Amino acid sequence: MTLLGEFSLWAAVIVGLWCTVISLSGRWNGRPELAATVTRSTHAILFCLLAASLALWQGLISHDFNIEYVAAYTSRNLPPYFIVSAFWAGQKGSLLFWAVVLSLFGSLAQTLTPRRYSDLLPYVAGVTSAVVVFFVGVMLLSANPFERLAFTPPDGRGLNPQLQNVGMVIHPPMLYLGYISITVPFAFAVAALLSRKLDTGWIHAIRKWTLVSWLFLSIGITLGMWWAYVELGWGGYWAWDPVENASLLPWLTMTAFLHSVMIQEKRGMLKRWNLGLIVGTFLLSIFGTFITRSGVISSVHSFTQSNVGYFFLAFLVIAGTFGFTLLYTRWPLLEPAASLDSVVSREAAFLFNNLLFVGIAFSVLWGTLFPILSELVRGNKITVGPPFFNRVNVPLGLLLLGLTGIGPLIAWRKASPENLKRQFLWPGLAGLATLAGLLAAGMRDPYPLMALSLAGFVAGTITQEFQRGTRARMRMHQESVPVALGRLIGRNRRRYGGYLVHVGMLIYFVAFAGMAFKREQEATLKPGQSVEMRSPFGHTYRFTHIGISQYEALNRIVTAGTIEVTKDGKPDGLITSEKRQHVDSFKRPTFEPSTEVGIRSGLQEDLYVVLAGVVNGTEEAVYRFNLNPLVWWVWFGGMVLVAGGLVTMWPGGGPTIRARRPAQAGYEVALDAGTVDGRAGGQADRRAGGQAGRRADGTAASGV
Amino acid sequence: MERQPAGFDVVAGHTRRRFLGAAAGAVAATIGIAATLRAQGEEPLAGQGANGSLRDPTVVGRSRNPTSPRDNDEAIKTIEQRLHCTCGCNLDVFTCRTTDFSCTYSPELHREVLALYDDGKTAQQILDAFVAKYGERVLMAPQPGGFNLLGYLLPGVAITVGAVVLALVIGRRERRRSLALAAASAGAPGAGGAPLAGSATPEELERLRRALAEVDD
Repeated sequence: MTLLGEFSLWAAVIVGLWCTVISLSGRWNGRPELAATVTRSTHAILFCLLAASLALWQGLISHDFNIEYVAAYTSRNLPPYFIVSAFWAGQKGSLLFWAVVLSLFGSLAQTLTPRRYSDLLPYVAGVTSAVVVFFVGVMLLSANPFERLAFTPPDGRGLNPQLQNVGMVIHPPMLYLGYISITVPFAFAVAALLSRKLDTGWIHAIRKWTLVSWLFLSIGITLGMWWAYVELGWGGYWAWDPVENASLLPWLTMTAFLHSVMIQEKRGMLKRWNLGLIVGTFLLSIFGTFITRSGVISSVHSFTQSNVGYFFLAFLVIAGTFGFTLLYTRWPLLEPAASLDSVVSREAAFLFNNLLFVGIAFSVLWGTLFPILSELVRGNKITVGPPFFNRVNVPLGLLLLGLTGIGPLIAWRKASPENLKRQFLWPGLAGLATLAGLLAAGMRDPYPLMALSLAGFVAGTITQEFQRGTRARMRMHQESVPVALGRLIGRNRRRYGGYLVHVGMLIYFVAFAGMAFKREQEATLKPGQSVEMRSPFGHTYRFTHIGISQYEALNRIVTAGTIEVTKDGKPDGLITSEKRQHVDSFKRPTFEPSTEVGIRSGLQEDLYVVLAGVVNGTEEAVYRFNLNPLVWWVWFGGMVLVAGGLVTMWPGGGPTIRARRPAQAGYEVALDAGTVDGRAGGQADRRAGGQAGRRADGTAASGV
Repeated sequence: MERQPAGFDVVAGHTRRRFLGAAAGAVAATIGIAATLRAQGEEPLAGQGANGSLRDPTVVGRSRNPTSPRDNDEAIKTIEQRLHCTCGCNLDVFTCRTTDFSCTYSPELHREVLALYDDGKTAQQILDAFVAKYGERVLMAPQPGGFNLLGYLLPGVAITVGAVVLALVIGRRERRRSLALAAASAGAPGAGGAPLAGSATPEELERLRRALAEVDD
């Protein structure tokens, strides 16, 4: 099967190279049969890489330890689901995973894109194929997953214990899907630039792809936080590790794009900026891969160091030069169709929002690379850890949170003072009331205080938007509250799905603020001894060490410490934390003992118990106890965010044909000033399409 | 529905008796096992007394020293959270010594912090002593001075400059537009100038204005 795998990789490279050369050189122009062949070759690449993937999986499942990758990441006693996830656990397998998923997306882009964008598709095929060729080329030249050993070991090394977690089965694929799918919008942007078809067509063609990409990145990042929290055992979920930062960077710029693209759709502005954001997001996704795989910056998440980093660096430089040079050459064709009317307008709010998103991305990138810069300039190695990132980024994050509440309250084009007063009154009061309540409760920490007050303001904004929209529908259509609310969201999914995403972000910020009040304590306990902790919510927890038990399970020997918990004097169950010594099928230890955290998750706080070790091989155990406030809300916020994203991208939701028909008889007026080209029929069309909740003063909200 | 064959009840009754018998046996066995486990539960699961040895201490990792109240001292913890462990991980000393239980560096660094603290050194003096011994890399964040200021300030300065430039550009365009509109109004019908919208009636313009207001969503 490895022969089939290698052959498939070579076949993919050859077909991909052909596709890239033909499509990017434009030789298919005027030759429809050649254009069709180019687009069809994406399916052939997918077929080749699926065959290679099946060959690797076959090796993993059949325990073919003569394959170096299989011996390095699996063992005979590894549970089956981890054998499946071992496919992307190592450098070589994950490169193949990346390539096959990218070829799938490339193929889907050709299949799912409406025919009206068919002029772009051969170019899209060329770009996706070029990226696939790069990944497969790296595999063939430097990281071949089918490489064989000179001997066959009786058993493999097994999977790193920290990767033997359900979070690691799901988290990397999700993040990869996010990273990889960015290539499709990039390919469309390049196609638009190459073909000089720079109207909003390419924007519409990639809308779903950008949302898919953003959604997968969001899920991947949140699952990564969850994995870090339950598996790494340090008691938090975000440590500003370079690899964590690398995953955040494309998410930030993609989020900026999802906002700024609305201005291009509505006003024909920011064309250059949007193209720049897409090119930048793609480069950041490759940069993230470079960081993870090069070993240039140390990280707990890094793959084994290898020379693939050089390939990625070269690709990054080439792709960046190509993308931005192309953008530069098309600069004159990207004149905006309109200009901003006022600083106090929705467009300006979006611009400031973009400035903050990109600014935070720059700040994170800057902090990640600053140690290298410092060493280059001063010859002095420094560490840039969480204190640096928190100091620089927390104020920016709070500004962004504030803008999340401000943006939807400002009208498009220009907001009047009366309008601002009317819009800001209740959300502002909500924010002030939250601040007053927190001060009265004795909270004095400035950052949590600001975060929670701003969260109150944003919650006020979103509530006001839903409330006004629902009320308008109830008035216009005589609907009940649930029906009006449901139809309000259903008929205008982009806008109200966007608000749901804002709710998710709001919950995130509140949960992040909660971690400022975490409590932690180390204790050495003999069986029967207890330690007491008081939580920020005023509960008193007593942790009593019951004892240590040892047993064998699956592919490991477990040493479990059991803790009996009481909350405010009442029994609250048991929590177990484990030390796990993983062994191969010959009972030989494979890795250092790992720690399995015991977590009791609640709406107010998590009880987080870590068995640090035992004293002199006895049942006297050293524990670390954490009371982590509001952590459950991080995961819930993630779910709301994803739900909002799904609502936003769900097909349909526009005006019904019946509602659209009466509005067709519009009129068209062109003002002499040349600044306004109003198609009132179109506007009336939209109005009839169920966008209730619109106000006479013309204010409304953004989606994502 | 199909009719049941004759004798079905007999067979079913026989099955039921066997089932009930088996169930009674299972319940009795469960009670017996539970009682045995309960009796065993009075003793520690794996130990040999109140503080017995583990069956296999080698699978638990490095033996730990008992913690002392000073390990939880907030002042010590705050200092250690500003110091980078030298074991090659990305964690601070406090997090490393309470997380990476195989690390032998962080407990040693912890002892150094305690020793300096006991000598009456302030937090800053302890940090300075670590920098003198291990270099600036031992700090979790670079000291905000000299070249490092660039690291701290550049993002904020860049965003501030960007915001100011943005506001100035939009403001200038807004003023320019206002002047152009004022000039156009001066030339509107009734004011003796050229018509603002030659192809539109006032009613149409009003409808257009309303329609543009409606676009806000």
